[in-house]
Amino acid sequence: MKYILMMNGKRSDFEGYAKWSKEDLRANVAFMRTFSKELKDSGVFVSTEGLGWPSEAKLVRAGQNGEPITDGVFPESKEFLAGYWIIDVESPEQAYRIAARASKAPGAGGKSANMPIEVRPVLSGHTDLGL
Amino acid sequence: MKYILLMSGTRAGVEAYHAWPKQDIEAHMAVLHRINQDLTESGEFVATQGLAEPKEAKVVRGEKNGVPVTDGIFPESKEFLLGYWIVDVPNAERAYAIAGRISAASVNMPIEVRQLATHEAKSR
Amino acid sequence: MADHPYDVPFEHLLRELAPQVLGAVARRFRDFSSAEDAVQEAMIAAFTQWPQEGVPENPRGWLIQVACRRMTDQMRSEIARRERETAVATEAENMASLLEIEADMDPDDTLILLFMCCHPALTPSSAIALTLRAVGGLTTAEIANAFLVPEATMAQRISRTKQNIKASGAPFRLPPPHERVGRLPAVLHVLYLIFSEGYASSIGSHLQRFDLAREAIRLTRTTKTLLPDNAEVAALLALMLLTDARRAARTGPDEELIPLDKQDRSLWDRVEITEGIELLTAALAKGSVGLYQLQAAIAAVHDEAERAEDTDWPQILALYELLKRVSPGPMVTLNHAIAAAMVHGPAEGLQLLRALDTDPRLASHYRLDAVRAHLLEQTGDNEAAIKHYRLAAAGTTSIPERIYLMTQAARLAGN
Repeated sequence: MKYILMMNGKRSDFEGYAKWSKEDLRANVAFMRTFSKELKDSGVFVSTEGLGWPSEAKLVRAGQNGEPITDGVFPESKEFLAGYWIIDVESPEQAYRIAARASKAPGAGGKSANMPIEVRPVLSGHTDLGL
Repeated sequence: MKYILLMSGTRAGVEAYHAWPKQDIEAHMAVLHRINQDLTESGEFVATQGLAEPKEAKVVRGEKNGVPVTDGIFPESKEFLLGYWIVDVPNAERAYAIAGRISAASVNMPIEVRQLATHEAKSR
Repeated sequence: MADHPYDVPFEHLLRELAPQVLGAVARRFRDFSSAEDAVQEAMIAAFTQWPQEGVPENPRGWLIQVACRRMTDQMRSEIARRERETAVATEAENMASLLEIEADMDPDDTLILLFMCCHPALTPSSAIALTLRAVGGLTTAEIANAFLVPEATMAQRISRTKQNIKASGAPFRLPPPHERVGRLPAVLHVLYLIFSEGYASSIGSHLQRFDLAREAIRLTRTTKTLLPDNAEVAALLALMLLTDARRAARTGPDEELIPLDKQDRSLWDRVEITEGIELLTAALAKGSVGLYQLQAAIAAVHDEAERAEDTDWPQILALYELLKRVSPGPMVTLNHAIAAAMVHGPAEGLQLLRALDTDPRLASHYRLDAVRAHLLEQTGDNEAAIKHYRLAAAGTTSIPERIYLMTQAARLAGN
């Protein structure tokens, strides 16, 4: 079963991340690399993506004449997707265990902040957006 | 360049969607399917995924005694990611155009467009 | 997915033969698009059968025969829908013997393919995809993997590109001599783009992607063999070699990005550098000073410096000044500013950057922030440097670049 593990953050979280020390950054990068490798080695890895910073995010709606209307205004409280992993596992419990490991990524000050990881099943089978 | 197009909704929104007449839901699916086909044909399609409903979601924050600490989500009004498309296009404008089309097909709900980070580096 | 393109012993042979076979079949059937599909299938058949049956005595002939059989099978099933008389006539016409086909082959066929696949009317991504398949002999899966898109998507891209070529009615012929000079830049540009894509993704071993940089070098060598007196082709090859030579030094043990001035130069490939300089010298001797000559010359000056501090920056500055005239653009201006700063001091560089503040073309303007930050740091304005490093980090979508820029900011912030 496929699950998506998502890291979200408010704009202020991204800004905080930008100010981490070199050591904290290096520790986090190393952790993420090891984590992805473990996912691959254990055969559960499907995909992973990091997303661009929220300052570059746009909201798009269809306009009157078919031209899209874009704006970059989001409320301060908005949670932006920072990145995700998609894994293919035997059970939701396995997905939560993996998420718990991701959650322990070292953060500011070198400590794990038990970063919240949202876990959701991915709709499988066809490629349509099946709500 | 790869862009991710995010479709989000609220619990109320999703429930309202479920109350749509069957043929409207099917018509909506058909339009989205058509969009995916067009994107594949144009060579822009990379991926699309739908995510299960919010009530299937959990938030995990570390573990206690070896057991993951999980929590359900969320306040009623909070927005959830319902699904996404990833497209490979020459510029942002094209990504916005595709997002606009998805939006138009989906009661004009706003689609968030973000560029994907890469592991490439164009420096020397 | 093999790391090295030539892991399978006959893979090298197959790739070399691919454009020759395609040329022969396209010429015989006067249908480039269908021929390209047929040759793809012949390649896949070879990959499947040769490991078991061994490489045939006449590998090229084998491929031509399999491709031709596919072509006639294809035509038969189409013809089955039409009149019988027409069917007989067309079949007879097209059942050519292998000897005839091979006799018709032209050493220029690969060049014809290059001009065709790199036509300036095609979008860059279309041209790149088709060139890699038709001339490079890569499979659709390999190309898809190299660009991180699904195979179906890549297959479609190539299919549409061929439809466009078919619709344009381009014959399977070299462009007339007076057009050739004008068409060559498009070919070189596509090869350059393939190299850039490959080199940009050579950071770390994060993703096992097809080595496009090496493929670009191979294709450019082939082009140089076909156009041995052309200085631009030689210069492009030199540029690729001189850049590729640094590949091993770009990535640190933690897969972090290492900038040029901090690279361990003992890891640079001296063989590639030597060849690059030889090619460049020969190209410059021909008298023309074009875009690739200048870029290669700049790369050569860097590569010739034993240590970063030995770099002949005045020489580089002079070359960027020439480049600004030959091929002006925001990236050149940025690099020129860096060189100017190395020669005349950071204030001079910062002054030059101001010209870019209002340039709408600077789409990836995080680069402007990054360079500005670097120069501000050199002037001692750490606070402003940190600000611009962070702006640049927020603006880039390259993870290795983002980490690098954040690390610089953190370093200055005393963290």
